[in-house]
Order: sequence, then structure tokens, then C-alpha cells
Amino acid sequence: MEQVDKQEGPGVATTRADDPWYEAVPSAGVTYEEATAPGAGPADGVPRQRVHSAAEIYLEVQRSPAFQEVRRRYRRFVFPATLAFLLWYLAYVVAATAAPGLMARPVAGSVNVAMVAGLGQFLTTFLLTWAYARHARLRRDRAALELRWDTQEMTRGVAPR
Amino acid sequence: MTGSHQTLALVLFSVFVAVTLGITTWVSRHRHGSAEEFYAGGRLFSPLENGFAIAGDYMSAASFLGISGLIALYGYDGMLYSVGFLVAWLVVLLLVAELVRNCGRFTLADVIAARMAERPVRIAAGSSSVVVSVLYLVAQMVGAGSLVALLLGGTSEAARSWTVVGVGALMVIYVSLGGMRATTWIQIVKAVLLMAGTITLTVLVLLRFHGDVTALLSTAAERSGHGLDFLAPGLRYGGDWTARLDFISLGLALVLGTAGLPHILSRFYTVPTARAARRSVVWSIGLIGGFYLMTIVLGFGAAALIGPGAVRASHASGNTAVPLLALDLGGGAGSTGGTVLFAVVAAVAFATILAVVAGITLASSASVAHDLYRSLRRRHSTPYSEVTVARFAAAGIGAAAIGLGLLARDLNVAFLVGLAFAVAASANLPVLLYSLFWRRFTTRGAVWSVYGGLVPAVLLVLLSPVVSGSPEAVFPGLDFHVFPLQNPGVVSIPLGFLAGWIGTVTSPEPADAARHAETEVRALTGAGAV
Repeated sequence: MEQVDKQEGPGVATTRADDPWYEAVPSAGVTYEEATAPGAGPADGVPRQRVHSAAEIYLEVQRSPAFQEVRRRYRRFVFPATLAFLLWYLAYVVAATAAPGLMARPVAGSVNVAMVAGLGQFLTTFLLTWAYARHARLRRDRAALELRWDTQEMTRGVAPR
Repeated sequence: MTGSHQTLALVLFSVFVAVTLGITTWVSRHRHGSAEEFYAGGRLFSPLENGFAIAGDYMSAASFLGISGLIALYGYDGMLYSVGFLVAWLVVLLLVAELVRNCGRFTLADVIAARMAERPVRIAAGSSSVVVSVLYLVAQMVGAGSLVALLLGGTSEAARSWTVVGVGALMVIYVSLGGMRATTWIQIVKAVLLMAGTITLTVLVLLRFHGDVTALLSTAAERSGHGLDFLAPGLRYGGDWTARLDFISLGLALVLGTAGLPHILSRFYTVPTARAARRSVVWSIGLIGGFYLMTIVLGFGAAALIGPGAVRASHASGNTAVPLLALDLGGGAGSTGGTVLFAVVAAVAFATILAVVAGITLASSASVAHDLYRSLRRRHSTPYSEVTVARFAAAGIGAAAIGLGLLARDLNVAFLVGLAFAVAASANLPVLLYSLFWRRFTTRGAVWSVYGGLVPAVLLVLLSPVVSGSPEAVFPGLDFHVFPLQNPGVVSIPLGFLAGWIGTVTSPEPADAARHAETEVRALTGAGAV
């Protein structure tokens, strides 16, 4: 993964514009020409060799409060939601196989508990999809995008893969 | 099935094949042979297009014909499948789609190799991806053979064999000439056709009952001969405790397997950003959910209008319930409407198989070329020949699938699909989730997790009643089965997770904190994503 093709920094800068493939995928330990982003950590726009490797940049971003907040928001939504829908689904499957009597209890007309539970699975899936998409759009996308540009700015020219 | 059905169905088949070959030629005009283009279609599809393509990749003929058929025969128990197939998408949406899009390039192994020693991880994940793909592929080929022969009336062995060969040859052409771009468009066309056909039939069923779903359900229950039991679980999976546990095992495999299917994962790389990947999954959940809701209506509609007896008389496992329903809704056998609807359903089912098969072939050729060949080749061979390798791999996988499809043609299709899901859930999902979410996960953990899920899953199937010791087994004359369940999921999925954990805690060297930071930052922000 690292130090495979020793492509030079300026060459990368020219290809980036038209080919997103070469968009500054960083790795460790190769020299760089360009200064890192202004105000982004200790480098402060001074081109020093091997002081600020891509690995250090990623560790730094990972420790930054902005990133911690994005990760916290993602996990605080996703982990409980996953646990909830998996348990609800397992309860449904186990009830359908182990307690058919309960599931056959009529609710209204020819509609019984099993039918309501099955359609309920569809409904909760649609609802959770909507809630997740909304949460991600409103609470996460903007912060993640800012972090993305900042990180790419910092790693630009450090070490093209 | 009369001659006019067959002629019209054959004409529609040919039109679909001509259109898809046209698409393949059209998209390969400007091809420049980059890996980006071949595996990911240039990454410039829109979320709507990719959503349709994902739905097209996922909704197989097994769902269209198989699930409705199961509902027509066993009522509520058929519905359990559709719920599992849909809920699985929440795992994909919440835990996998965006992060995989941000971290990887073309395959599952890319995501894991980003923070592990590349070679062993690529070989492990590449092998398990190929195993899953080939199992899924064989299921589709076997399905294609029996389905086409069934719909065209010619149930002779020769007709089935030639269908398998023909489907295999077409998929190799699509994939090796058109790559991901052609495959995606074929899936989009197929998804539109399948949705249109399903919506038409559903509307016709509901019109027949004047929109009264309760009347539909009670007629189905009455006609089934089981009464209200038909609307409750237990007719098919309510036997002894082994059968019930088997179903729980299948349910677990269905819900956890989807997120480990290589051809589903590779679809996220065809859009430019993680946000686009999320929006395509939202689209596909809408399409897939709507589709499975309609198959429920079609299944109960077939039970109510045709009756389980007539369905079973036509095909023992109910695969012809929807075509028979189409015939009835169009005005019955011999009528023009019936002939047209029947032929349309047959053509849609055929299109469905071709599109699914193309998607899986592409994903497995990517695993062979991008993961296995790249790791195992000699150091000095030229790197850009990878796409050429992938094209040949597609042909090789096509040949293997044709061969296995011919050998396995008497095997139950639903079982093969369930097995592919079980292997995907045991071998691919644990390693993927650990890589994305566990800070201390190591190379040894990754490798153990893949093999720790893959080997038990395959072994347990070999030792199950599917292979020996029962009248429907592959070797009905022999008996070496020790494992009572048909689906290994309930044992092998926990084993995959356990092996990954043991491998990690016994690792001599700790996890690389810097590379974990890189994976995590890239996964959640998209920094450096390609």
C-alpha cells in the first residue's frame, strides 16, 4: 500500500483536476513540496520534510473535536438503531417459528397478529430508512464534508499513493 | 402452455437480448479500458440510477417467482422470506454502504486491506468473495434452466442444458465487453421491466377484488383448504424443532448476508460520493420494499384465484404461480390478454436472471483480478493488465458456472441462494464490520475471521442433510450427515465473529493506530476517497 509508486507531487496536482482517482490518497513517509494548509496544525505553511506525514495528519484529525463529534453523532444514531431493528426482526422470526398460536390470534376480520407484525416490519424498515437519511443529511453531512476538505488540504502533496 | 405463448415469449426474450446487446455495444464504444471504468463504470452514476441498478441486482427470479409461489402454496410462511430480504437492507444502509464507498475502490478486500497487511487479507477476502459469488451464480443458472424450460413448455433435459449454456454465454459477453457500465444499464432496464410487470399484475389482482384486501385474504384462506391457518405461520416451517431452528438459521443468514454480498458491495463504487451511495440505498429500499409488498399480493392472489392445488399441479414448489396468475388475469388460457400477460411475465423473469447473473459475474471477476491475481502474480508483470485479467476471469467464471449449473441442475434453487447468503454472512460480514468499527482489529483477526466463517459454513453444508442422508440430497444413496440443519448460518455466523475476535486478541503485534485512524477518518468524512 505505501511507498509503491513514487509519483511526484506536482504531477499529482496536474492530474487531480480531471481525474478524481488521483485525488490525494495519502500514505506515510514520502517527501512533499507543498506547504500544508494554513492554520492546520504545527506545520503552519512551512514546508518541512517528513515532519508531517499523512499518518500523523490522520491521527491528528481523528483526535480533533470536530471529528469526534461527527463520529459520536453517527454512532449514537446507528448503534442503538441497529440493535433495535435486529432485535425486532429476531423477535419476529422466533415468534413466527416458535409461537404460531400467538401469531394466529385475529386482530380484525381475516387480519391476524402475524400479518400486522409482518407489515410492521416493512413499515419500521421504511421509517428507519427515512429517519437515518434525515439524520445524516441534517446532523452529519456538512461537518463531514468540511472535515473532508480540511483533511485533503492537509494531506495534499504529502504522499500520493 | 400453448404454442402462441411460446412464440410470443420467445420474441420478447429475443427483443430483450437484442436490447441488452445493443446497450453493451453502445457503452463500449468509448471505452478506454481503465480499471475505474471496468469495475466501477466511471463512478458517475446518479443515486436514482444506482438505486434502480441495486434493486435490479437484488430482486432475482427466485424472489419474483419463488416467494409468490411459496405464499400461494403455504400462505404466511412465504412472507417470512420477503421480510428477511428487506430488513437486511437496514444493515447495508446504516453500517456498510457509506463507509465502504469512502474506504474502498472496487472490492470488499480493498476496505480491509486499507489497514491490514495487504497480501493475506486480499487472498482471504478475495477467495471468500469468489465462493459466495459462484454459489449465487450457480443458483441463478439452475433457476434459469428450469424456469425457461418450464415457461416454454419444453421440459426436456436438452432444453434446460442449452438455456444454461446460453445464459452463461450472454453474461460473459455483457461483462467482458461492457464492464460495469453495460451491467448497470442492463440492471436498470431489468428493474424497470420487473417493477412495471409486478405493478400491472398487482393492480389487476386488486381490481379483481375491488380493492378489498380483506376479501382477497379470506378468499385465499378459504380456497387453500387450510382456513385461517393459511394466514398464520406454521404451514411450512412449523414441523419439529429442527425445522424451526433451520428457519431461524435461514432468517439470520438472510438478514446478515446481504451486506456481505460482493455484487451488492461493488455497486456502491459506481457513484461519486458516500452521500450518493446512501441516497441510492434509500432508493433501492423503496423499490425493493414496494416489490416485496406486491409479491405478497401476487402470492395470495394466486392462492385465491387459481388455488394451491392447481399451482402445485403445475410445479411442485410453486414457481409457476405468477405466470398462471398472469394467464388468469389476462382472461384465461386461449385468450389474447392471457397469452400476452403470460409471455410478458416469462420475458421479465428471463431478463431478471440475465441481469442478476451479469452483476455477480462482474463482481467475482473483480475479486479474481483485483484481489487474487494482484496478490498472487509475479512482481514484475505489468500492472495495467488487471482489466484484461478481469475480462478473462469473467469468461472463466462463466465457464465454471455453466459447468456447475449443469451438474447441479436438480438442486433446490432456494437452498443454494440461502447457502450463498449464509457464507456471505459468516465470512464477509464479520471482517467488514470489525475493520470498520473495531480499533484493535489486526491482520490475524481479519484472516481468521474470513476463514473461521467460510470453512465452517462450507463444511457444515457438506455434512448436512442437503448433501447426504435424505431423499432430496445431492447423494441420496450415501449418508454421512452429522449436522441436522440445512442452513449453517446459526452456527457459522457466530463462528466467523468469534474467530475474528480470537485472532485479534492472540495477535503478537498490536493494531496499527495510524492506519486505523486513516480508515476511520476516511470512512466517516470521505477524505481521500476515490
